[in-house]
Formats: sequence, C-alpha cells, structure tokens
Amino acid sequence: MAENFGILFQWLIFLGVAFVSIVASLLVITRKNPIHSALLMVLTLLCVAVLYVLLHSPFIAIIQVIVYAGAIVMLIVFVIMLLDLETELRSKLKISYSKVIGGFVAVLFLFGILYTVVAKSPTGQTGSYTPEKMATNVKAVGEALFTDYVFPFEIAAILLTVAIIGAVILSKKRT
Amino acid sequence: MLEYMWLIPLFPFIGFLINGLLGRRLGKGVVSVVGPSAIGLSFLTSILIFFELINKPSTERIFEKVLFDWIVSGSFQTVIGYQIDPLSILMALVVTGVSFFIHIYSVGYMHDDPGFTRFFTYLNLFVFMMLNLILANNFLLMFVGWEGVGLCSYLLIGFWYEKDSAANAGKKAFIVNRVGDFGFILGMFLIFINLGTLDFTDAFGSANKLDTATATAIALLLFVGACGKSAQIPLYVWLPDAMEGPTPVSSLIHAATMVTAGVYMVARCNVLYNMAPIAMAVVAIVGVATAIFTASIGFCQYDIKKILAYSTISQLGYMFVAVGVGAYAAGIFHLMTHAFFKGLLFLGAGSVMHAMSGELDIRKMGALRKKIPITFATFFIATLAIAGVPGLSGFFSKDEILWMAFSSGRGHFLIWLVAAVAAGMTAFYMFRALFMTFFGESRVDHHVAHHIHESPKVMTIPLMVLAVLSIVGGYVGIPHVLGGANHIHEFLAPVVGGTAEPVKAQAMFSLISEAWAAGGGSGDHSAALELFLMAVSVVIALIGIGIAYFLYLKNPGLPKMLAEKWSGLYRLVSNKYYVDELYQVLFVNSLKKFGTGLWKGFDEFVIDGTVNGIAYFIGWLSGVMRKMQTGLVQNYAFSIVLGGLILAVYYIMRAFL
Amino acid sequence: MWVVPTIPPALYLMLSGILFTIGVIGVLTRRNAIVVFISIELMLNAVNLTFITFSRFLQSIDGVIFAFFVMAVAAAEAAVGLAIFVMLYRSKETINVDEVNLLKW
Repeated sequence: MAENFGILFQWLIFLGVAFVSIVASLLVITRKNPIHSALLMVLTLLCVAVLYVLLHSPFIAIIQVIVYAGAIVMLIVFVIMLLDLETELRSKLKISYSKVIGGFVAVLFLFGILYTVVAKSPTGQTGSYTPEKMATNVKAVGEALFTDYVFPFEIAAILLTVAIIGAVILSKKRT
Repeated sequence: MLEYMWLIPLFPFIGFLINGLLGRRLGKGVVSVVGPSAIGLSFLTSILIFFELINKPSTERIFEKVLFDWIVSGSFQTVIGYQIDPLSILMALVVTGVSFFIHIYSVGYMHDDPGFTRFFTYLNLFVFMMLNLILANNFLLMFVGWEGVGLCSYLLIGFWYEKDSAANAGKKAFIVNRVGDFGFILGMFLIFINLGTLDFTDAFGSANKLDTATATAIALLLFVGACGKSAQIPLYVWLPDAMEGPTPVSSLIHAATMVTAGVYMVARCNVLYNMAPIAMAVVAIVGVATAIFTASIGFCQYDIKKILAYSTISQLGYMFVAVGVGAYAAGIFHLMTHAFFKGLLFLGAGSVMHAMSGELDIRKMGALRKKIPITFATFFIATLAIAGVPGLSGFFSKDEILWMAFSSGRGHFLIWLVAAVAAGMTAFYMFRALFMTFFGESRVDHHVAHHIHESPKVMTIPLMVLAVLSIVGGYVGIPHVLGGANHIHEFLAPVVGGTAEPVKAQAMFSLISEAWAAGGGSGDHSAALELFLMAVSVVIALIGIGIAYFLYLKNPGLPKMLAEKWSGLYRLVSNKYYVDELYQVLFVNSLKKFGTGLWKGFDEFVIDGTVNGIAYFIGWLSGVMRKMQTGLVQNYAFSIVLGGLILAVYYIMRAFL
Repeated sequence: MWVVPTIPPALYLMLSGILFTIGVIGVLTRRNAIVVFISIELMLNAVNLTFITFSRFLQSIDGVIFAFFVMAVAAAEAAVGLAIFVMLYRSKETINVDEVNLLKW
C-alpha cells in the first residue's frame, strides 16, 4: 500500500513536471523578448532537474541546477543585458518559407523518435551499478570518474581552460 | 681488324657528336678537321678490313658482329649487329671514300657560310646513318639507317632554311620518301610474319619456305621503298627539287650514296627477288622506263644542277635494270662507277658555280674552259665516263648492264633496246651541258666575268682524285670478253650469286648468225655477240656526242629554231611533262582538303568541342550548386537535421522493418 | 493486490524526444541569435535526460558520466559562443542571424 502511494506520488510529480517543462519550452521558443525566453528556460531546467531526482540521480540534478540554471543562463542574461536589443523587440516575427519546412522536418524527426521508443522497449546489457550502489550517488560517480574515466576528465579540464582563455581574448576590445 | 667492324660507323657518329655539341665553341678550324678526319678514319678502317677480307678464301667471307640485344619482346627479337661481307664492304668503301673527298671539298666550298658547323654535323650524321644502313645485319637496323638518311637529306636539302624554296624542297623530299618507306615497312611486316625473323642470314636462309605469291608481294613492297629512296617512277619528283641544297650535299647524297640505298637493298635481298620473277620484271621495266623518261627531260633543262639530277635518276634506272634482270653484281658495279663520275660532276658543277659567283644557268655560261682549266678537265673526264666512252669506268659498267639486259635469263631484247637509246640520250644531253658551259661563245654576265677564278686547292684536289677514279675505277670489272678477269663479279659472287645463264643469246644468235656466217665470223658465239653489242653501244654514244656537237657548237642558233618549230613538244618537255602539277592536282590538293576537313571538322569541332563542352558544363553545374551556400547558419542547421533524419529513418528501417 | 507500475522508461524517452524537437524547431525558426543558443541548450538537456534514463534502467554509470561531461562542454561552449555574439554585435550592431551571411556565394 505504501509503495503504491509512493509510486502514485512519483507518477503525479512526473506528469506535472513533464507538462510544465513542455509548456515552458514551447514558450521559450515563441517569446519575442529574449529575457522572457531565458527565464522560461530556467523553469525548464528546473523541471528537468526534478526529473533527474525521480531517476535516482540527485547528483546530476544538483549539478544541473548549479551549472546550467545557475551559471549558463546567468551568462546568457548578462549578454542579453549587455547588448542593446531594443530594435529587435520592435521587429515582427517573420515566418519565411524555409523555416516552415524546417519545422516540418523536425516534427518528422519526432515521429521517428516516438516510433522507436514505442516499438521496442529499451533493453541492453545490464551494468553493475545496482540501485543500492547508486544510493550513495556522489561516491559512485566519483569512483567511476576518477578510475575509468580519468583521461576524459582531464581533457574536459583542459577544454574548460581553453574556453576561458578564448572567451577572454575574443571579447577584448580592439585598441 | 674484323672484330672492330663497328668502328666504321662509330667514327662518323663521334664526329657528329663533337661537331654538334661542341662545334660552336671549337670554331671553324677544329670543325673542318674533325669532320673529314672522322670519315677518313672510317675509310681507313674499311680499307684495312677489306684487305683482311681478301686474304680469306672466297667462301669464308661473311662475318657478323652482334653488339647488343636491341628488342627482346616475346617471339620478336632484334639485335644491333653489323655484317661484313663482300657486298657491304664494297659499299662501305665507296661511301666512306667518296664522302671523305666530298668532306674535304666542302671545307673549301662552305667556307663563307654561317652554318659551317651545322653542315658538317649533318654530314657526319648522314654518313653514320648510311653506314648503319649498309653494314646492318637485320632489316630493322637497315630501316633505321634508311630513315636516318632520309632525315639527314631533309636537314641538308633545307640547309638554307630561310629560303622558302629550300624548306619546301626538304619537305617534299621527306614526304615522298615516306611514301616509299611505307611500302618498305609493309614488306618488313610480311617478312616477319612469314619467316619469323628480321635477321638477314636467318631470313634468307629460310626464304625457300615462302610461296611465290608472298615472295612477290614482299619483293614489290620493298621495291616501293626503293622507288622512294632511289627516285624511280613514280616517286622521283623530289630529287630535282633537292638541288636547292648545297652542292656537296647534292654530290654526296643525291649522287653517290643515299640514292643508291635502294639498289643496295635489292642486291642484298637477291634471294627474295630470285624467287619472284614477276617482281624482277617490274623492277627492270620501271628502271628502264625511268631511265629513258628522265633522260628526255634532261634535254631541255637549263639549270646545271637539275641536268645532273635528272641524269642521276636516269643512271639509277640503269642500276635497277641491272638488278631487275638478275645481274646484281653489274648493278653494284655501276653504282660504284656512278658514285665516282656523278660525284665528280656535281663537285665540278659546284666549282663552276663558285667561279661564276653562284650562277647556275648554262645559258649564261660559255667558253669557260680556258678560265677554269682544272674544273674543265675533270668535268670533261666525268662526262666522257658517263657517256660510256671506251676506256673509262662508265663504259665497262654500263656495257655490262646492257649485255646482261640482252642476254640474261630474265632479260629481254626490248629492255636492251630502250636502255641503249637512253644511253645515247645520256651522251647527248651531258655533252650539251659540257659544250654550253665550257665551249662556244661567252654568254657570261659582265659583272660575273670579272670574278671568274679557279677554285682553291682544297676543292680541286678532290676533283682530281675523283677524276682518276672515274678512269681507273672500271678496271676491276673488265669483262672476260675483253680479256679481263671481271674481278668485281667474282668478288661479289658469294653474296649475290652468279648471274643467270645467257640462255637468250643462243636463241638470238640464229638471227645474227647468218650475217656472221656471211662475214666468216667464228669463235665463241656469246662472246661475239657481246662484242657486237658493245660496239653498238659505243656507236650510239658517239652519235649522241656528234648530235650535241652539231647542235651546240657548229650551229648554236639551231636549237632555238627547233624549239620554236615544235613549240608544243618543247613546252611539254621543258616543264618536265607537268608531272609535278599532275601530282599536285591528284594527290596534294585532295590530301590537303582532307587534312583541313579533319582539322576543322573533327579536331576543332568534336575534340575541342568535347573538352570545352565538359569544362563549360562543369562551370554551369557549379554555378547552380553554389546557390546552396547562402551564408545563413539556419540553412546549414536545416541540412544537418535533414541528414540526421535520413540516417535515423535508415536505421529504423533496418532495425524494425 | 493492485500494484501501480513504476514509470516506464519509454515515457521519459518520449518526453526527451519532445523537448529535443522543440529545441530543433527553435534553432531553425528564431531570428535572434541568443534565442537560437538557448534552444541549443534545450536540445542538450533533452539528450542528457535520455542518458540518465538509460543509466537508471540499465544500471550503468556510463550515462551519468556522459551527462556530466555534456554539461561541462555546454558550459565551455556557452562561454565561447556568447563571447562571439558580443564580438558580432560590436561589429555589426545586430544579433539577427539572417543578416550574418557574408560567406554566401
């Protein structure tokens, strides 16, 4: 009985969060004002973070909130504020022919994905990380990251360094 | 020395390389020594080899030396190799000897020409190629020499290439020769297909495998090549034009050596010709027709070199008569004596031109014999030789040919008759040239008359040497009837075989025997007949000389009157029977139109059109394709999504359907 | 006893697909470069969701690690991309992607 309630609760959370995220993302792409888009993006990211928690990965959920919703969107908002986009807001939303075709192709893509998902349930080689092991999420992730995946980890570090340097150099004012 | 037979062609080749590559830097003095001395060394080597050959018994006089393998390709193998036997060593002696003297002469004749170095380079190359032709031991190397002398002939005829007429004459010579060479190549193909080899010894050894039809075809095709190279009907038209070249060139190439290559080739292939009587008949008939036809053209020519050119063609006709009736040794004998006196005649003409500051029209000469005595004396000796006056070399060789034409198993009375008439005509026009140049009233132009002088020693000494040879050169072939041993016939016999028996003589004898019986003649029948025919030819020659004397010395005005009386005939002959014009209309114009048609219609339209069309098409296609590059990022993103969709659909199809 | 089934993975994947498609439409349709960039981030998020889903249902840690790296790369990309937008605005006074087409034919 108790599990039923738990699972039912999970279902409710899932459906609610899914609905909100879909609506929010639709609004993201249709708002004229980029600030609105950015803020609605934050909402979407938070919803996705909740989904991560539902999927027993609290670590990634926290990272999502801190890095994505916290740092990246904040960066975007800074840049929007930095650039003067008044003239953009006043222009109308033009729908050109090619963009309609683009949308159509994307929807076709969606049908493909849906078909794939429905036709066959996801199966594969079951790995070794049982839910008990994954309960101590950070420890499990850290274990994998620093033993099997230490090389990509270092590369990612170098990548971030390079990105910082690049960003600094790119936005220097030419004197 | 026989081991070193390859030195004979090597010396001129080295001379060619030195003169060609370093000549400009070394200067005229060195070049004028290197050129003749290369030939001189070759001549010396030939003499040494000749003496070595004579010391061997007559059955062992064939030596071969293979230098290296040339083409080894499946069943077709050819080598670079040389063969010394009586025929080739005799030709080598003639070629190197005569060219040695002509080289010395050229040092004087070409002294003021800016192309001095180039001249000797080409001359040495020519002698190298000619020696390759003569000494080769297989058809392919002979053909290399054959083509090579054609090339050098082109280079030397067009030596003064800035003159249009000289350049055109060079082209004409090369192209007409090429027509002949085509026949030669086809003959070689047939030989290879049927006998499997191009080597002389092997081919002639197995030649009895051929049936008559194939042998006739081969012989006729090879003869086409000989017609081109040795200027017989119908491919003789290049030789008179070839007089555009310097006179030593005319003397060496178009009198003594290159034009005799055809005769040499037929003599070398005597095995094949003996198997094809029809081909031999063709050779003899073409030869005698050429002899009389070109002799008649010589009647009305005024350019001294052209007279000698037509006379050369005519004498070559005689040589082909000889080999056509099976008298190969006689043909080669006449080749040798002709080299002496015709070479001398040309050099003499060059000396006359040198004295007359380049004039060559005999109507503008006359009474030169006191002013250029040495030239006159040597020219006179050579003219006597060519006319067949007894005691000089030409008499013995020409007579041998006439006798063989009459009496040999393949000869015929008519051939003898036409050849004898042509001999008379030869005597006539040669003496006409002599009288108009050296005797009579002086018709020399004023300005030229002041400069008339005898040529320098470097030019007159070769004249004198050749004059001596023109006299004594015939003594190696004194026939048995006159008490000689006919050395040359014996010498060449291992290679060309004995001549066909004088069978005919017995048949004809019955007609003449009555006359003889009435006169009480006896003794060896064929000997008597031979002596009789000899007397006939001497009489014909004297008649020719007499007519020339009458027309040009006694009554100088008579020829003009005769020309006006029969003006139509005169025009026909003096325009060389319009043969050149006929060829122009028949062949040259249509070929030119064909070539132009191919050029405009096929080369320009089809080939250029295709290539340009492809380029244009690619340009058009790229013009269409580049519209894809709009510069808008979203378009590129769209194409990525599209590609991704296609891939996804593909994988879905593969996995689920 | 009536047992409520747990949330099947197919639903998560469908949600992820929908979010991805919405992101694609946003990339292809909007004119404002910043909004295009936001749509790209949306696409990345959808993919991350897929990875975590599979990591959960196949009991593997690889999905989690990969999602982690995707986020790191997204951060770097955001930094550099926005720097480029700033440069672009400085030189052309506009952020409209339709007007940045100098590399056309």
